[in-house]
Amino acid sequence: MTVDEAEGRLDRAFAALADPVRRALVARLSRGDATVNELAEPFSITKQAISRHIQVLEAAGLITRSRDGQRRPCHLDPAALEALTSWIDTYRLEVERRHRRLDAVLEEMEDQ
Amino acid sequence: MNPTTITAPPGTPFIDVVREFEASRTKVFRASTDPELVARWLGPRELEMDLHSYDARTGGSYGYVHRDAAGNEYAFRGVFHTVVPEERIVQTFEYAGAPDVVSVDCTTYEDLGGRTRLHTHTVFPSVEARDAALASGMEHGIVESMDRLDEVAGGDLPLLPEDDD
Repeated sequence: MTVDEAEGRLDRAFAALADPVRRALVARLSRGDATVNELAEPFSITKQAISRHIQVLEAAGLITRSRDGQRRPCHLDPAALEALTSWIDTYRLEVERRHRRLDAVLEEMEDQ
Repeated sequence: MNPTTITAPPGTPFIDVVREFEASRTKVFRASTDPELVARWLGPRELEMDLHSYDARTGGSYGYVHRDAAGNEYAFRGVFHTVVPEERIVQTFEYAGAPDVVSVDCTTYEDLGGRTRLHTHTVFPSVEARDAALASGMEHGIVESMDRLDEVAGGDLPLLPEDDD
């Protein structure tokens, strides 16, 4: 994947989360799988509207839907969310790697 | 491993990095200024490090190139504005890929009695430049994490459908 594609994917995932209803759905799914009916329950909007929000989250790669007989429960993969934030930590990882290399150099240096 | 503290308050052009090392201030300073030693830790990851110069004296300059396996080169250069041995280094930093975006690093070496606290305060010319620095060079990380997301989500993602709710 190129940087542009990766950036595009980040854009889509963050756009999908730029909505309070979809964030609430993600929060609900973080506690366990749920069907569209179950997800729609606490909201005062239609099941169709919830379905559309689910589609947006699915298209952004944040949730998956499995087939379980008649049910199609929605599933949040924590790794997908983790991948979204790990780029923020990359600066830290880079700095920490450099510091560990400096640790090694210091250890090898003769005492003076 | 000692923890690294990174502070980059939103809306400011600053990054502060603080880290303690299990070595005397003399050693840490030498490892930060002796070109042969610097070449061993300054380069990122698996990249090849080509240190052209590293004259860590007040008024001196430095330049180095990182080369990846594909032969791509990333060049950096700057000058040492102030070097007070074992106490403080003020230097400029410029990535050739973003010419004229020059940041200033002020690094202090604090003697903790056999151990040393390194504190680098970096000032960028703008908040945008600071944010870009936090995100760039990190492109590899973005692609890496997106490749993982790829595996999780499985295959290419379609564009977002219209959402008019």
